[in-house]
Amino acid sequence: MSVLVDSNTRLLVQGITGSAGAFHTRQCMAYGTQVVGGVTPGKGGQTFDDVVPIFDTVAAARAATGANATMIFVPPPFAADAIMEAADAGIELIVAITEGIPVLDMMRARTYLQGRGSRLIGPNCPGVITPGQCKIGIMPGHIHKPGHVGVVSRSGTLTYEAVGQLTALGIGQSTCIGIGGDPIKGTDFIDALQLFAKDPDTHGVIIIGEIGGSAEEDAAAWIQAHMSDKPVAAFIAGLTAPPGRRMGHAGAIISGGKGTGQGKIAAFEAAGIAVAPTPGDMAATLLQAARARGIELR
Amino acid sequence: MKIHEYQAKQLFRDFGVPTSEGHAAFSVQEAVEAAQRLPGPVYVVKAQIHAGGRGLGGGVKVVKSMEAVREQAQRIFGMQLITHQTGPEGQQVRRLYVEGGADIARELYLGMLLDRDRGQIVIMASTEGGMNIEDVAHHTPEKIFKVWIDPRVGLQDFQTRAVAFALGLGGKAVRQCGSFLQSLYNLYVAKDCSLVEINPLVVTGSGDLLALDGKITFDDNAMHRHKDIEALRDLDEEDPREIEASRWDLNYVHLDGNVGCLVNGAGLAMATMDILKHYGAEPANFLDVGGGATAERVTAAFRIILGDSRVHAIFVNIFGGIMKCDTIATGVIAAAREVGLDRPLVVRLEGTNVELGRQMLAESGLAITPATDMKDGAQKAVAAARAYAANLAR
Repeated sequence: MSVLVDSNTRLLVQGITGSAGAFHTRQCMAYGTQVVGGVTPGKGGQTFDDVVPIFDTVAAARAATGANATMIFVPPPFAADAIMEAADAGIELIVAITEGIPVLDMMRARTYLQGRGSRLIGPNCPGVITPGQCKIGIMPGHIHKPGHVGVVSRSGTLTYEAVGQLTALGIGQSTCIGIGGDPIKGTDFIDALQLFAKDPDTHGVIIIGEIGGSAEEDAAAWIQAHMSDKPVAAFIAGLTAPPGRRMGHAGAIISGGKGTGQGKIAAFEAAGIAVAPTPGDMAATLLQAARARGIELR
Repeated sequence: MKIHEYQAKQLFRDFGVPTSEGHAAFSVQEAVEAAQRLPGPVYVVKAQIHAGGRGLGGGVKVVKSMEAVREQAQRIFGMQLITHQTGPEGQQVRRLYVEGGADIARELYLGMLLDRDRGQIVIMASTEGGMNIEDVAHHTPEKIFKVWIDPRVGLQDFQTRAVAFALGLGGKAVRQCGSFLQSLYNLYVAKDCSLVEINPLVVTGSGDLLALDGKITFDDNAMHRHKDIEALRDLDEEDPREIEASRWDLNYVHLDGNVGCLVNGAGLAMATMDILKHYGAEPANFLDVGGGATAERVTAAFRIILGDSRVHAIFVNIFGGIMKCDTIATGVIAAAREVGLDRPLVVRLEGTNVELGRQMLAESGLAITPATDMKDGAQKAVAAARAYAANLAR
């Protein structure tokens, strides 16, 4: 088992004809993801790489293909519109890769999603992968290995770092979720943790946070209250970041003395969650936390 | 993106937010002329820099004659203004703002910004005007009153009334507060602001509300639809290295340490800074080259990092996911050759074709120290920086 995506996931790609969209669609297909359609307004009726039909609207694409997920590569000025279009068409899982969407656009899109049945991952994220089954996003598929550790992270490359360490230790992953680096996002740590908590095939979790906001503090409290049966290791990036400066991600900023890395680490430690001392120790820290409870991760 | 107070006040006027009358000046003479256009007899000469705390640093003076306006303009214009936000080197004053004095009965605080937990804009109001609001939030959080705006319906009258009463306003000021806040919210949404702060918001002797200061920050991601706001950008207020980096789409933040970093991905770039600190060094910068680390962009990044004489070693930390390590190695080698690498370089590569990438670096003839993983790379970079600094000292 896994969460969010598996071998039955039927994927659309919004923005399939753009250069990044086309490149990553091919990568996902090569990994084994069922890409059933693409959406580019004005290019309906064409075919991508001779195999994937292209539609003008998400609604038409869903009606024709039975898609239940979409991956969005639409440029930032139009990406919030693409998210809302997917939700309106009833797509269950919306994965928005696009970086640089205006905050007020995301505020409206997130409000629009309330009460509709769609789950949004991202934006500004690497995507979601269930190793060996389905890859939706821009992560390198080959570093992953099917297994039982869930990974949830605000950072793309740090997720790869954690996955690379796990795989090198022979430990596979159930599902890896990149929730993205923006201040307003569809799925936060707790949403992802709820999925992992319920998944019998996820035996342990690595959570990777960074400066800005208070989602890590909330996650620490939630884990302590609701997921004490599974070993968890945390890592927080940005201990050396100066306050008031945006560190690459739109959401990675310490403002008004809030959202410091030190505060987040203290919250995890207070909740009894192991924190990796360096980014090179994420998998080892989880392994240690698991062994301390007599759980052997594979 | 930040703008100056005088620019913020012009936007306030454009959107009907009451503010004091005043004019920008780019020379001492212009400052005097600006004062002559005001009714007097009280004038305020204000240094225009992006950093806060200007008053305490001597950048704001209230005067009562033309002579004094000239004197203060002469003193402030060109000075290195040091505040708690500028750092010890301060910021040179190149622009002034001269406005009329206000009859102040009370000083209040008003802020409008994103509450990321709720995904809504929040209004923060306090009776503790003129103070550092972070201190107020820390010591007396009960003195900050908040209302959240539902994006579906916008700011409602009951909310603006609640703010007015929380601020202790009465009579006509309650209705004024309503239109003041509506105008401010219109500005916030129309121009994609990320912060609007008025500290102090004053109640005048005659009971009117007036924005005595104005600070606005905009959402960088939305500037493509606000060419008028983009035109207000003042490059003199930004670090020249950061301006150069933005030309190359590099995410770069200058810091005070001695190990330069070149990394792909924002999270990994922050974590790289942290691991250097963990092993006893200080990072010289944050730098995320992003997903497309081409030879040109890596070269530009090297040039920016090496332009900082405090850098004693460089740590390249790349997790080449889909991008192949041999492509990155080609970029690093080309960049190192072009800029004439004169300081130790430690490279950690991981990902597709990693063996080929490492082999290319080893055979390049350049003095590149390879690292097997992030911890190894960080330790080697810290050691290399120490050795380089010791050599310099000799």
